[in-house]
Amino acid sequence: MALVHDVLIIGGGGAGLRAAIAAAELDPRLDIAVVSKVYPMRSHTVSAEGGAAAVIKPGDSLDAHAYDTISGGDWLSDQDAVEAFVREAPAEMLQLEHWGCPWSREPDGHVAVRPFGGMKLERTWFAADKTGFHMLHALFQTTLKYDSIRRYDEWFVTKILVDEGRCQGVVAIEVATGRIQAVLAKAVILCTGGCGKVFPYTTNASIKNGDGMALAYRAGAPLKDMEFVQYHPTGLPFTGILITEATRSEGGWLLNKDGYRYLQDYDLGKPEPKPVFRSMELGPRDRLSQAFVKEQEKGRTLVGPYGHYVHLDIRHLGQKLIDKKLPFVRELCLKYENIDPVKEMIPVRPVVHYMMGGIHTDIHGATSLAGLFAAGEVACVSINGANRLGSNSLTELLVFGARAGTAAAAFASQQRKPSPSVLAQAQDEERRLGERFLRKTGGTEKVAALRAEMQKTMEESAGIYRTASVLEEAARKLRKLQERFHDVSLEDRSYTFNTELIAVLELSYMLDVAEAIVHSALQRRESRGSHQRTDYPKRDDTQFLAHSLATRGENGSPRIEYLSVTITRWPPAQRVYGR
Amino acid sequence: MPPSVTLAVTRYRPEQESEPTLQTYEVPFRKDWVVLDALNYIKDNLDGSLSFRWSCRMGVCGSCGMMVNGSPKLTCAAFLSDYLPGPIRVEPLNYFPIIRDLVVDMTDFMHKLKKVKPWIIRAQEKPLADGEYLQTPDQLEMYKQFSMCINCMLCYSACPVYGLEQSFIGPAAIALAQRYNLDSRDEAARERLEILSEHDGMWQCTFVGECSKVCPKNVDPAGAIQQLKLVGAVDWFRFLLPWGTR
Repeated sequence: MALVHDVLIIGGGGAGLRAAIAAAELDPRLDIAVVSKVYPMRSHTVSAEGGAAAVIKPGDSLDAHAYDTISGGDWLSDQDAVEAFVREAPAEMLQLEHWGCPWSREPDGHVAVRPFGGMKLERTWFAADKTGFHMLHALFQTTLKYDSIRRYDEWFVTKILVDEGRCQGVVAIEVATGRIQAVLAKAVILCTGGCGKVFPYTTNASIKNGDGMALAYRAGAPLKDMEFVQYHPTGLPFTGILITEATRSEGGWLLNKDGYRYLQDYDLGKPEPKPVFRSMELGPRDRLSQAFVKEQEKGRTLVGPYGHYVHLDIRHLGQKLIDKKLPFVRELCLKYENIDPVKEMIPVRPVVHYMMGGIHTDIHGATSLAGLFAAGEVACVSINGANRLGSNSLTELLVFGARAGTAAAAFASQQRKPSPSVLAQAQDEERRLGERFLRKTGGTEKVAALRAEMQKTMEESAGIYRTASVLEEAARKLRKLQERFHDVSLEDRSYTFNTELIAVLELSYMLDVAEAIVHSALQRRESRGSHQRTDYPKRDDTQFLAHSLATRGENGSPRIEYLSVTITRWPPAQRVYGR
Repeated sequence: MPPSVTLAVTRYRPEQESEPTLQTYEVPFRKDWVVLDALNYIKDNLDGSLSFRWSCRMGVCGSCGMMVNGSPKLTCAAFLSDYLPGPIRVEPLNYFPIIRDLVVDMTDFMHKLKKVKPWIIRAQEKPLADGEYLQTPDQLEMYKQFSMCINCMLCYSACPVYGLEQSFIGPAAIALAQRYNLDSRDEAARERLEILSEHDGMWQCTFVGECSKVCPKNVDPAGAIQQLKLVGAVDWFRFLLPWGTR
């Protein structure tokens, strides 16, 4: 027996929940379901700290937000998408306010905004420094009032079902019981987030394995701009725990081992005692992470048990401001590093944070496979181009979550019921999972070892700086790992809550995504935003003012093509910060 | 510093075992490791079949709550060094049915959460075009702490009332109801009070206060329950009087 719904959403984070509400609001008769591998309030949206950008204050303008986003993205953003994004952002943020999000406030009761990296003025809404947490819980709790939204908590999707050129549902494992089940739908929206766990040092939670990216890729939908991986300049060295950019927007300094604000040496402006927009510590994340590597090469970083690091100093902000506006930062430092940032400097290093790339979608969240939509970090619309600005991603998941929810609901209302023929595919999938993993005999490879090798390969090849020879070697290594994956063996053969089975399926997703990243990076012979090639150090608009599209080839390796960037009103120009 | 530490971990695979048992593992001791790091070391190096939930490893997703030496803890925030010399006992959260190993069944809470209507309810919605509902920092402060609940279930595991009577709606759900009751944008406090006043509601709480002590986010569910009992009692009293406002 198959479960059947009108709109099926995979992933219960910010984008997925916003999509679910949008679909429910569009047509209360629609039967909507959210499948999530964790309880929705565990989703990684919960970890976002600093804030969400939307124009609301006098003196700001939609054009200014669009320009900051486009220049921040080194002109790789699709400008029609950015224009839609900045236009719809304020209403989405207000909607969340109406749904109870506890935004920080001005004394007069209006929503407060703070500055953020790469933004020309204050436009980042925040709920202290737990913005993602509050947004996620407000969204999740709001979904509870819609009886038309059904949930499958802790169900893990293994395959997208395609028939007659149309996505008609998924196959999923109910983790608690191990039951494998087809969940059919007229439209499916992937909202599974990013894939930071492809790398060893990341702010991302353990659940960020590129599930949705790989599912779409295997179903024939291309992945766009996968070479653009954002390193956040300030993660804690061992754990990769994120220390929000808000520490710098509130006035924090980055210091090398000599106590020197080294960003002034990297064309990011002059050090001032107070934060200056689009300057120094408020420069964009790609430039700050690159400056760290240069500083390391000059021998001016510090060295600890987990490698090189610099200092983030917020002591001069004082305890009162820190406790009011950055309480989570203090809590994280105290609990996880045993450091009190009121009195001590915080050790930080760049860590993988966000994927600008993702499943290629149009401005409505539609992928190139009919009936399949995507929104949030899993998708690439693209508004983020070659480098995302801090505080645009939380807003993105609202704007494009809502858009995808509405578009998928409209699509679903015009479709026939899913065809029963896809059930045969679901049975094949059940057989595959049994034969390859649960009932497999032999096999010598271990999940943890393969995963560690993949992560090391990615850090060494597709990190902050890249070069052809290393990327080529990485592509070969990943192929090898894919082969070795066939020989993987599970210790756990039980059906009940088998987390080893989930881990092995996540690893298979990550290997596909890792290959897409490395091949896309290899083919882009220029430097743009977060993609820096030491062998091609300049931006090349004649050849590469284009999105890469990775399609899964016959042998499993990606094939790379290009798609032109949509330019509306902001022709490519030099990115200028600090002057 | 010892070179290693022993963990005694609950194992329960319902397909193979009829009862939970404790299994010991020796893991390397590292100063900056938390209990969750040790569990991941076991899973990756010693025994791939050990099951537990985790995700953010930064104390905000609420997945990794377990009993550590008998107390409910987020294992991502429980340093091995605080439990030396060991062995460290790691067990599933108290009072919940065990699905497998360290994984408990929390569907009961999900139903209870929905029951208290944790969303903004108003007689009249303000159109988005009219902007935000004004809320001063003081008004925000009224409910803020109750909005910090991460649904980690440590409070249920510490609550003696829940231990005896699983129909008790419990600390987190009550705190979240109060989070909306105290929000200046909400108008449904009375509706929620009626839900909470039912037989399995807050009247069962004996104000032991364990819930507030174990909360990793400094939420004070016991305080919420006290506030509600006071309002509830006044309300009930008003109901009896002829000039009551019901």
